[in-house]
Amino acid sequence: MGPFLFLFFAIFTVVCAIGVVVNKNAVNAAMSLLLSLVGVAGLFVGLEAYLLAFLLLLVYAGAIVALFLFIVMLLDMKGDDRPRLAAVPMLARIVAVALVAAGVVSFIARGHLPSPPVQVEPAIGSDLKVYAYQLFTTYLLPVQILGFLLLIAMLGVIVLSKRFEGMDDIK
Amino acid sequence: MMTPDLNSYLVISVLLFAIGLIGVLIRRNTLVVFMCLELMLVAATLALVAFSRYNGTMDGNVFVFFILTVAAAEVAVGLAIIVALFRRRMTIQLDELNTLKN
Repeated sequence: MGPFLFLFFAIFTVVCAIGVVVNKNAVNAAMSLLLSLVGVAGLFVGLEAYLLAFLLLLVYAGAIVALFLFIVMLLDMKGDDRPRLAAVPMLARIVAVALVAAGVVSFIARGHLPSPPVQVEPAIGSDLKVYAYQLFTTYLLPVQILGFLLLIAMLGVIVLSKRFEGMDDIK
Repeated sequence: MMTPDLNSYLVISVLLFAIGLIGVLIRRNTLVVFMCLELMLVAATLALVAFSRYNGTMDGNVFVFFILTVAAAEVAVGLAIIVALFRRRMTIQLDELNTLKN
């Protein structure tokens, strides 16, 4: 990937991610998340993981952000015009954000890994056959566990969203 | 301007993760906190894909597969919990959910 394209996608991703955090409106935050995911998919294309870029758009942007928007509309929240925080939680937040920022700065300043040069041949991550081979040989057990996890998640969501009549004592 | 190497991808990944973490720390709307959690997951996948590309292996990419699946399941369950919470308490603001405090 050329340096300009990388820079474009990187700045786009980070700016949209900041938009998720600073937006007062939950719908706007979800839209910023969507744009940020598109930027990450562009970075994946730069890393020659084409299948993963496509899956990221399909699963995250297609399914997850749509689900978020659906829930935001379902709950119909009012705006975030809420009383300001007391002094102690505000101070705790500022300290926590400062600690995270210090970690990021120290990583950028000192965390330089030796970067192996990218091979001239195409990356093996761009070959679909390798995915299928790995998923059905080395990672066969995790695939089955994931299937089971999805089943459990489906059952859990059904139980969570069901209204139980006459069971008010269960809280 | 030099071509992007492993470190430049890792810097983007760290920035995304930090932004997500800051969002989790300072936002008070449960839905937005959940979105920031998703942002942190995506940052981790970006680091995995970058390592996998620059080391010439495949395992990082396959792990991203699994992370995508688990994230989908997690979002489904988490949003169901948020809806159940809203039904019972009529709020999803984090500073009003203080039953354990009193």
